Amino acid sequence: MSRKRLRKLFGTEVPVLAILMFALLPWGWMVLSSFRSDADLTQTPLHLLPDTLTLANHIELLARTSFAENLRDSLIVAAGAVVLGLGLSLPAAYAFSRFRFPGRNALLINFLAINMFLVVMLILPLFVLFRQLGLLDTYLSLIAGHATFTLPFAIWLMTSYVDGIPVDLDHAAAIDGATRWQVMRLVILPLTMPGLVAVGIYLFIASWNEYLFALMLAGQHVRTVTVALQSFIGENQIQWGLLMAGGTLVALPATILFLLTQGRLAGGLTGGAVKG
Amino acid sequence: MKRDTSFPLLLLAPALALTSALVLFPAAQTVWMSLHDFVLFRPKSRPFVGLANYIKALQDPVFWEGLLTSVIWVVVAVGLQFLLGLAAALLLNRSFAWRGLARALIVVPWALPSVIIGLIWTWMLDFNLGLINELGVRLGLLVHPVAWLSEPGTAFAAVILAVVWQGFPFFAVTLLAGLQAIPGELYEAASLDGAGAMSKFRHVTLPGIAAVITTALLLRMIWVANSLDLILVMTGGGPGTATQTLPLHAFLTAWSGGNYGQGSALAVILTFLLLGIVIAYLVRSRRA
Repeated sequence: MSRKRLRKLFGTEVPVLAILMFALLPWGWMVLSSFRSDADLTQTPLHLLPDTLTLANHIELLARTSFAENLRDSLIVAAGAVVLGLGLSLPAAYAFSRFRFPGRNALLINFLAINMFLVVMLILPLFVLFRQLGLLDTYLSLIAGHATFTLPFAIWLMTSYVDGIPVDLDHAAAIDGATRWQVMRLVILPLTMPGLVAVGIYLFIASWNEYLFALMLAGQHVRTVTVALQSFIGENQIQWGLLMAGGTLVALPATILFLLTQGRLAGGLTGGAVKG
Repeated sequence: MKRDTSFPLLLLAPALALTSALVLFPAAQTVWMSLHDFVLFRPKSRPFVGLANYIKALQDPVFWEGLLTSVIWVVVAVGLQFLLGLAAALLLNRSFAWRGLARALIVVPWALPSVIIGLIWTWMLDFNLGLINELGVRLGLLVHPVAWLSEPGTAFAAVILAVVWQGFPFFAVTLLAGLQAIPGELYEAASLDGAGAMSKFRHVTLPGIAAVITTALLLRMIWVANSLDLILVMTGGGPGTATQTLPLHAFLTAWSGGNYGQGSALAVILTFLLLGIVIAYLVRSRRA
């Protein structure tokens, strides 16, 4: 092997491999544990590699616990967060990107500053509010709760996407006689489609992964997967195989969707933030 | 750019209305609750008490312990996330055959819910059945298994390890995007001027990603300072109050204790603390 090749191997590839091991090993251990029987997981001394692989944990989780319903609840809430977030952030982003009006900067900063409010600061009054309205433990309360942190971020990301579409296209359409609404629908909407997909995926994952709002604003009738998994721990005997199966299933959609969009999302994140 | 007021405000109206109802109004209500003796399950009597909740919070030693815990939590966790993320970004910015795969896979921890991350690490750190004790003893790094989450010192280290694992991919991905935006000519020019690797890093790389570093550190700092779900899942703030950061203290005061007045006062204090730090940070980084 040439010296240059050796330098690349030990100077770059081996360190990258070490960092990747750190990133993936805990996740891999969870996935592996989910396919092992409880007897196999709890024997001492511990066996690092499984004796046999089994689907028993996954089957028991879906057939004998409420987990399938929890998955459905999480799905409904996350879908609601996506629809609400995209529906409100696209017009807002168009307004921020294409118009200069009094208070524009203040409003834009306002949407960034909202992210800074402590969850605790919002969650207590929202709990009291939804309790008074009788909305506690409904899909609506949870979707609204998630909007407190998904909407501001969606507006920032979408604004940077719309900024990337040349204004000349708007003008050209206007000269051709398009109304403002037609410009939005026929020019901006199709061109922001990749942005909408990326932001939509971000909104979905943020809502799907959320725990604290799901715990406080719902939890009985509407119980998302994060709350359900955590409640399994509280039971007298922790069934690790079952828990790891749940973790593997919950992590799956987010992991896949995230891998698909990571480049775009990171670009939008810093792009929008740096431009100010 | 069009100069018009009514049309953009019409477009913004739904988003503004919703955030006012769900963020600004509740935030104001938190301030209101913090000035009252507001206990959730005593709806009849909620007298105005002025700043009593604040005074009580500041006189409580748990508050000051929590503040110290929070400071260590933010500084150590964000610092380690940043260093590991920067190292990963610099490595991934070099060319090697499987770079694309490595870049995609490194984000996996970032995509996982905090609850799952808490579960994974609780499982790996388990006294009897955990991978870490097993490997540690086998490799001779540990004399005997350690009850990581039951001792104050190791429990704090464990939650920091988990949050570093969760957060370093964010730095890796954002800093890598910053690195790739630095024009290659700058490095060529530096080479022509006889700059070595260290000097290139100091005079080309670091200034080139300074803006991204500032933004990424700020976003992460706010996020880590606010986050409490990972700690809640792994230790619940314990053992004792060893891992009870201020947000967790505020949450537990309201949630377990039902004392919304006191919890709200803590939340307001925290918000102002964080706001002060963020403003100071922005002013300093703008000057630099």
